[in-house]
Amino acid sequence: MQQVKNDEAFVAFERVQKSYDGETLVVKDLNLTIPKGEFLTLLGPSGSGKTTCLMMLAGFETATHGDIRLDGVSVNNIPPHKRGIGMVFQNYALFPHMTVGENLSFPLEVRKMGKSEREAKVKRALDMVQMGDFAARRPAQMSGGQQQRVALARALVFEPELVLMDEPLGALDKQLRETLQFEITNLAHQLGITVVYVTHDQTEALTMSDRVAVFNDGRIQQLATPDDLYERPQNSFVAQFIGENNTLTGVVQDISDKSCTVRLDSGDVIDAVPVNVSAVGDRTKVSIRPERVEIDKTRLQPGAHTLKAEVLEFIYMGDIFRTRLRVAGMDDFVIKTRNAPDQVRLTPGTKIDIGWLAQDCRALDA
Amino acid sequence: MAEQMMAADGRTLKSSLNRALRRQKLRALLLITPLLLFILITFVVPIGQMLFRSVENQIVGDTIPRTVEALADWDAATDPVPDEDVFRAFAADMMVAVEERVHTRLGSRLNYETAGISSQFRRSGRDVEDMGEDLTAQFTALDPAWADPATWVALMADPDWIADSATAQTEPAFVVADAARDALPRTADIYADFARVTQVANNDSPTEEQPWNVVYIALYQDLIANPAPQIAGAPDGLLGAAGAAAAGFVAPDIRAAFVDSDAGWGSTVTWQTIQTYSPAYTSSYFLNSIDLKQTPDGIEMAPENQQIYVKLFIRTLIMSLTIMVSCILLGYPVAWMLANLPSRQANLMLILVLLPFWTSLLVRTSAWKVLLQQQGVINDLLVWVGLVADESRLTMINNSTGTIIAMTHILLPFMILPLYSVMKTIPPSYLRAAKSLGATNWTAFWRVYFPQSVPGIGAGSILVFILSIGYYITPEIVGGTSGIFISNRIAYHISSSLNWGLAAALGTILLAVVLALYWAYDRIVGIDNVKLGG
Ligand SMILES: Nc1ncnc2c1ncn2[C@@H]1O[C@H](COP(=O)(O)OP(=O)(O)OP(=O)(O)O)[C@@H](O)[C@H]1O
Ligand SMILES: [Mg+2]
Repeated sequence: MQQVKNDEAFVAFERVQKSYDGETLVVKDLNLTIPKGEFLTLLGPSGSGKTTCLMMLAGFETATHGDIRLDGVSVNNIPPHKRGIGMVFQNYALFPHMTVGENLSFPLEVRKMGKSEREAKVKRALDMVQMGDFAARRPAQMSGGQQQRVALARALVFEPELVLMDEPLGALDKQLRETLQFEITNLAHQLGITVVYVTHDQTEALTMSDRVAVFNDGRIQQLATPDDLYERPQNSFVAQFIGENNTLTGVVQDISDKSCTVRLDSGDVIDAVPVNVSAVGDRTKVSIRPERVEIDKTRLQPGAHTLKAEVLEFIYMGDIFRTRLRVAGMDDFVIKTRNAPDQVRLTPGTKIDIGWLAQDCRALDA
Repeated sequence: MAEQMMAADGRTLKSSLNRALRRQKLRALLLITPLLLFILITFVVPIGQMLFRSVENQIVGDTIPRTVEALADWDAATDPVPDEDVFRAFAADMMVAVEERVHTRLGSRLNYETAGISSQFRRSGRDVEDMGEDLTAQFTALDPAWADPATWVALMADPDWIADSATAQTEPAFVVADAARDALPRTADIYADFARVTQVANNDSPTEEQPWNVVYIALYQDLIANPAPQIAGAPDGLLGAAGAAAAGFVAPDIRAAFVDSDAGWGSTVTWQTIQTYSPAYTSSYFLNSIDLKQTPDGIEMAPENQQIYVKLFIRTLIMSLTIMVSCILLGYPVAWMLANLPSRQANLMLILVLLPFWTSLLVRTSAWKVLLQQQGVINDLLVWVGLVADESRLTMINNSTGTIIAMTHILLPFMILPLYSVMKTIPPSYLRAAKSLGATNWTAFWRVYFPQSVPGIGAGSILVFILSIGYYITPEIVGGTSGIFISNRIAYHISSSLNWGLAAALGTILLAVVLALYWAYDRIVGIDNVKLGG
């Protein structure tokens, strides 16, 4: 067994596969390394295998194939209770027959810690999540947000180096989620712990994480920092899944190292950056973010291609305007413009030309 | 002080809320009325009646009222056998009872308290008719008119009744004249009974039947007390002559006649029994239920060889507890598996658990008989394996072992189902959370899972315990003598010995014990901690 301590790979999944029924692979060839102190989020649609990965790491599911290493040690044969991993569950999983204080002292008791030390640690952990006054309450006597804070404190009280959280904020309302997102990231950085966080809320993933692993169909589609993920999606799934996105389909007409032109199915030709197209004639989906579409021709590079568009709908959203257009025969092309004093408000029926900087338009897989 | 909340119309918020709720409550009540009535009629009333039987004892006073009255001054502890007056009263009572065929019932009732009385009543019931016939003969010898039913009617009947019966199609119920009651109180009293019995029980007319001998005895007593009774309209000279002659009659010796009929009447024990159990309400059934006995010297322990009930109650409790504990031990793992298996397999297993419910209780119990008997399957197997020698096959049936095994099997579903439905609601994430916090499998189970399943254990235990404490069929079939429950004894008293009072008292005590245990359980565990699901 490899005992070398490797800071670059505090947690490592190597060629991990998982099947529940022996017929379909829920996790297919997962390779992932997480350095110490990183906040990594697993993001993906429902059923993509996020929880399964977390459970394999925690020891509640065994990998059908491959190796999972924690701090350089293969954990495949270590039972869950010896892994020393903190966990926060979506339904909080606070023990209903114990008070908050007893819930928190449980992990310390099973570690045979002395009473006074236990009490000190419990108090410190509760204070950390601003729940110091609730030690005598039972879980049922608290709100969802308070319960989740306590669950967080319980996962941290025995000072694990790795904490797993499976949609911990899934059951809370938006405002509370935002507060807690902030608190969780703060705590994680303050304590220097490594966090693997599961969510299917992309905003949550983008705002909280150091890196995000986008899951789909049992594979990591892209593992990148939030801004990379948003600005430089590697495939059309990621582009679709993260943020709002306009997609046009066509065939590569001309390709060089840095740029390509794509003939859309409507016959129009546009400029794009080739991401995973390699040859003339490849079918592609080009992706362009709504806020990167220009309606002001003067700001485009000279000679850039433009497309004809007809305004279908104008929605005032406060900070931005959202305009739906018909472009290249499609009715769901959306652009977003900032609500600035000099910004034009397009009225439905207007015909305009739109364009973009070539680097904002990515030619992805079909 | 907090100000009272006011609703818009100025009433307090509370009262307007109550008003709003009242209609709802009424409607809800209306919905359950049929069930309420059904329960009341088929459950509460019969049980109430049954409980009433455990203290009710009107049979003695109703059947032999004259005797009870005559015995009032008799002191059981010091006096010898009661005097002739008591026996004469008793003869009168017996005569009525025999004609109404209720004397054996009284005999059985008193037999519960003193063995042997029943046969005394039966034997003397046959003889009482002839007691005092010598006296009757002396009256008829004096004047043959005494043998004539018409003479008696003329003496006793109310004039209105005579007038009515002359015109009516069917004879109206006999009415004794007030004059007769004044002049010949005892005679009138027994004659009234005679007339009633003749009319009702024998479907005859007092105008055609010669009175019983005991009527003549009463007349004799009345005439001794008052030799010159005056009854207007009585046949001339009849009473006067009898009154004058009575003193010279050979007095009847009813006591001797009874003792002759059955020596038991000559024993004070018999009379003590009658006197002790003459009040309309008695605690004797309850005393008997706990092996006590009412005697003239107060309450005493029943004879050693008759002390069975306390032992039986204790055995019932201990065996019910044993069955309950066995059910927990066997049912818990099964319920756990049920709750944690994938639903397809869980459903299949649930059907297996419920399967016994679809088989007749009798069949299942008899099957245990086949399995457990000395030449049965299990013993054969043990002998074949060599665990038990052929000569020393285990006795597992017709004793408490058999009862415990068979009843554990039968009641197991009642433990598994509530356990299962409670466990079903415990999310697996609790166990995972516990393990992730560092608890071993056992600690996680014991500190996290088990406490949450306790309400299920509570519910199952109450069900199993209460069901088993009143169980009857299984112990009856497989229990032999050492494995039967108090309920078997109750059933015996209901259907065989017909001592319903004792059965009712035993049942009442059983009910009280169950309620007391329930109360204790509520105090210790808390009834809120019992869940049947959800
Ligand atoms: N215990 C199990 N037995 C069989 N199949 C399972 C089991 N748990 C999960 N699966 C299947 O594995 C796949 C991945 O499930 P997983 O719970 O990992 O998804 P997820 O990404 O966490 O989804 P969600 O966002 O809805 O929580 C799903 O198709 C699911 O049906
Ligand atoms: Mg999940």
